[in-house]
Amino acid sequence: MADVAGESIIEARGLRKEYGATVAVDDVSFRVARGEVVGFLGPNGAGKSTTMKMLTGYLRPTRGAAVVGGIPVAEDPLGAQRKIGYLPESAPLYDEMMVIDFLHFVGELRGVDAATRQTRLRTVCQRCGLADVLGKDIGQLSKGYRQRVGLAQALLHDPDVLILDEPTSGLDPNQIVEIRQLIRELGKDKTILLSTHILPEVQASCTRVIIIHRGSVVADDSTAALTGGAGALIQLVVASANGALDPTQVRARLAAVPGVRSVEPQPQPSEAGALAFLVRADGAGDPRADLFRAAVAGGFVLLELHREKASLEQTFRSLTKGEGLADA
Amino acid sequence: MRNVLAIMKRELRAYFDAPVAYIVLVAFLVVAGWMLFSQVFLIDRADVRGLFAPSPFSPSLLLVILAPAVTMRLVAEERKTGTIELLTTLPVTDTQVILGKYLAALGLLTIALLATLAYPITISFLGPLDWGPVLAGYVGLILFAAALLAIGVFCSTLTDNQIVAFIVAFILCAALYFVFWLQILLPQSLGAILEYASVSFHLDNMARGVIDTRDIVYYLSLVIAALFLSVQSLSRRHA
Repeated sequence: MADVAGESIIEARGLRKEYGATVAVDDVSFRVARGEVVGFLGPNGAGKSTTMKMLTGYLRPTRGAAVVGGIPVAEDPLGAQRKIGYLPESAPLYDEMMVIDFLHFVGELRGVDAATRQTRLRTVCQRCGLADVLGKDIGQLSKGYRQRVGLAQALLHDPDVLILDEPTSGLDPNQIVEIRQLIRELGKDKTILLSTHILPEVQASCTRVIIIHRGSVVADDSTAALTGGAGALIQLVVASANGALDPTQVRARLAAVPGVRSVEPQPQPSEAGALAFLVRADGAGDPRADLFRAAVAGGFVLLELHREKASLEQTFRSLTKGEGLADA
Repeated sequence: MRNVLAIMKRELRAYFDAPVAYIVLVAFLVVAGWMLFSQVFLIDRADVRGLFAPSPFSPSLLLVILAPAVTMRLVAEERKTGTIELLTTLPVTDTQVILGKYLAALGLLTIALLATLAYPITISFLGPLDWGPVLAGYVGLILFAAALLAIGVFCSTLTDNQIVAFIVAFILCAALYFVFWLQILLPQSLGAILEYASVSFHLDNMARGVIDTRDIVYYLSLVIAALFLSVQSLSRRHA
């Protein structure tokens, strides 16, 4: 559990949600402090959306409580909802409405008075890049624009808290970068909880990560801590200087290098006669120089030597193992 | 109240942006006119009771079909597309959502009903027309429509399938409509209860030009009960 300094803006206290006999979310607790950008991570069907629906007052928890901005959602849903900007999964919007009418409609229900609404609309449209599509029907928009309209709608009343359910799902790589930039910018003055199953997304935008698996929180720590834990990985491709290579011999030689924890053979690289290995370093050490010397001493050539930072992907995989398609 | 109006305005625009509103208006005007005038010329008198009196060939029967058609999308469609999540996580209460949607449907059918004022006006040129019963008839028809629409809204909250919402609402409305003619086949005590339960019985009273508080209370309680159940149904959402 990471230290959460300062006042917590979003708080889940033992949230549980049952649908009949299935338990979608079980005893989920976490806190998000003011100004944090937290990634809510988990395989499909892990309970991310269900948890977010409980935080925003759409679903009532079977047990436990959600508190947003100091307001218990169950007791004062409207009060809590006023503090939240929420983008539901896959950005459901009124397709038959024009973008500008839709934003006015949301603004009205948000209680943004007509005079402020104009200036807010201008700010938000500029921020989300909507100026060109204001007069279009939402149904005609591309996925990227829909997502932006969904974000704009969540930002209209200048909320303290943003809850975004898969804000980049279904977007092309350019659009993903744009939305991420926008989220990073918003993170400067807002508290954001965003869910995703795209790992680089979290590394790109979040200061903290909560990983949820089968309805329970399995990790809650800073992005840095979760990505630095497992030790560095080194990709190696070697070839023989003369004659054929014995894979077991090469492997043994590499494993003997100080600072190496394990060596795994990888699928055949493209070059004929070459061998590929994945070397896991021990702790924070960097055995690359020693690997190079070992190769020279062993009489083989290093075609590739490339260090990967231990990725969130590994942490995620090890925490959410056994997640077959059937569970998704 | 502001929220109710905002939701009502949006729904009304949705009706008029799609062909729904125009189909409802034209269909109602044409068929109601045909039903009325075929009777007026038959009895050869300046009388518009045919516009209000319930019968298996009357504008009120048309409302039994049109009201569920108007309300079927109100909640069901939002459930289907997921916008209900957007709407209910805005700071609005479920009651405001239901009221806004209901008032939009009521607004649309009231416009359709008032458009038929053209017929009594036309007939008043053909012969002397007593406007008292006409007024009572319109009050009755609007209350009648209000009750059917409330049932329709309730059915729309039950499902994410508009067709299912339509069929269930139509069956309920038709049952409440036709039970009026069915009761003569039943023992008197049961018949009287069924008669009172029937939407057409109370419309029949008003079509005679009598505005009785009992009829008004009947329609209003039906509206309130159906809308109350709609709010309950909406707040029992599960995702």
